[in-house]
Amino acid sequence: MTSYLELSYLDLALAALLLVFNAGLSLALGLRLEGRMLLAAVRMVVQLLLVGLVLQALFAQVSLWLTALVALIMALFAGREILARQERRLAGWWGYGIGSATMLLAGLVVTILALNGPLRPDPWYDPRYAIPLLGMILGNAMTGISLGLDNLTVLAHRDRAGIEAQLLLGASRWRALRSVARRALRTAFTPMLNSMAAAGVVFLPGMMTGQILAGVAPEQAVKYQILVLFLIAGATGLGVLAAVMASVWRLTDSRHRLRLDRLT
Amino acid sequence: MPNHPVLTVEGLQRPNPQAGLGPLSFHIDAGECLALTGPSGAGKTLLLRALADLDPSSGMVRVGGRERNGVPAPEWRRLVAYVPAEAGWWHDVVGPHMPAQATVKEIIGALGFPDPVAVLAWPLTRLSSGERQRLALARGLLGEARVLLLDEPTSALDNESRGLVEDLLLARLAAGAAILLVSHDQAQMGRLARRRLHMRQGELVTPP
Repeated sequence: MTSYLELSYLDLALAALLLVFNAGLSLALGLRLEGRMLLAAVRMVVQLLLVGLVLQALFAQVSLWLTALVALIMALFAGREILARQERRLAGWWGYGIGSATMLLAGLVVTILALNGPLRPDPWYDPRYAIPLLGMILGNAMTGISLGLDNLTVLAHRDRAGIEAQLLLGASRWRALRSVARRALRTAFTPMLNSMAAAGVVFLPGMMTGQILAGVAPEQAVKYQILVLFLIAGATGLGVLAAVMASVWRLTDSRHRLRLDRLT
Repeated sequence: MPNHPVLTVEGLQRPNPQAGLGPLSFHIDAGECLALTGPSGAGKTLLLRALADLDPSSGMVRVGGRERNGVPAPEWRRLVAYVPAEAGWWHDVVGPHMPAQATVKEIIGALGFPDPVAVLAWPLTRLSSGERQRLALARGLLGEARVLLLDEPTSALDNESRGLVEDLLLARLAAGAAILLVSHDQAQMGRLARRRLHMRQGELVTPP
C-alpha cells in the first residue's frame, strides 16, 4: 500500500480542463495565445512522460558512467537554454561553451558534495538521488547564469565608452569591467535570493510540496527543501561567478582591449 | 627644440572589410602638432584608436625608443593619451573620473572652471556638453603622456574656452609633447599645426 494518493490519466485530463479554460479566455479576449498554449502543454506532457520513462530505466541500472552521461546531456541542454536567453551572445562556440562548462562545473561540484556530505546514498552516484538533485540545481543555476551573461554582454555594449575611458587611463581589463561585472552578478543572484527570502511565506516550494503530497512527513520535506535551497545558492554562486569571469576574459584580450567584435 | 620623432608609425594596418586601415607610415616630432584631416568615415578615429591600442592592428608604433608591443597596454595608454570626440563616463560625479594627480585642480582651473574643488563634486547630469568636453580633455592631459591623440577636442566649445584649450596644448608642445589633432576647424589647425595628413578610405593621401 502506498502512502500517497495515486493519480490516474483521467485525473490529469480533468486538470487539463483548466488549460482549456485559459485557451477559451485567450480566444474570447483576442490574445491569440491559444495555439502557443496548446503547443506548450503538449510539449510539457510529452517531455515529462518521456523523462518518466527514462528515469525509470535509469534508476533500474545503478551505473556511474550512465549517471555521468545523463548529467553531461543535462548540462549541454542547459547550455543551449542559456544561449537562447541572451540578447547579445559571444560569437562561435564561446557563447555555448561558457554556459555549458560553467553549468557542468557548478552542478557537478555541488551535487557531488551533497551526495557525499548530507545525503550519502549507497552508492553515492545512485541515479535516484543524483539525477533529480542535479536537475533541480541545474535548473535554478541556469536562470542565474543566463541572467548574469545577458546582463554582462548588454551592459558591456551599452557602457562601451565608459569602459574604454577607464582603459585609456591605464586601467586593466578587470578593473575597467569591474562595475559592469558587479551589476551582472547582482542581477544573477537576485532570483535565488528572492526565492530564499520568500520560501515558506509567499510560496511553498515545489519540491517540498511534492514530497508532502507523496506522503513524506512535513518536517523531513522541509529539511530537504532547505538543503536544496542551500545547494542551489552554492551552485548559482559558483556557476555565475565562473561564467561572468570567463566572459569578461573573452570580451577582452591580452592587450586589455574591449572586444565587442566577439559578440554576435 | 631639436627635431626628433616622438611618435613613429610604420606599416600600421587594420585588416577589416568594413573599417580597414593602411598600411600607414608617418612620424611626429617632439613639440610638433600634426593635423589629421579627411571626410567623415575616412578612418581618422580608427587611426587614433589603433595608436592608443584600443583596436587590434599590426605594424610598428614607437614612442621615443619604446615599441608598442614591448610595453604593457595600460602603460602604453599612459604614454599615448587619447581623448575621443565623445568621452566616456562611468561614475555619477566628476571626481572619480580624474586620475589621482597633484595637478588635477590646476588643469581644471586652467580650462576655465573658477572653482575646481567644487567641480570634482559635481554630478555628471549637470554638465553641459562643453563642460564635459573640457573635463574629458583635463583627464587626458593629467598624466605624463608624450603623445596626445585629440579627436575634435574643441567642437562643443565657445571661443573663450577654445582659446584656453589651445593655450594648454601649446604649453604641452613647448614641453616636447607630440600631438595628433583631428579637427574640422581650419583656423585652429592653422594656429596649432605646421603639417597636415589627409585620409581617405583608411589611406593617407595627398591633401586636395
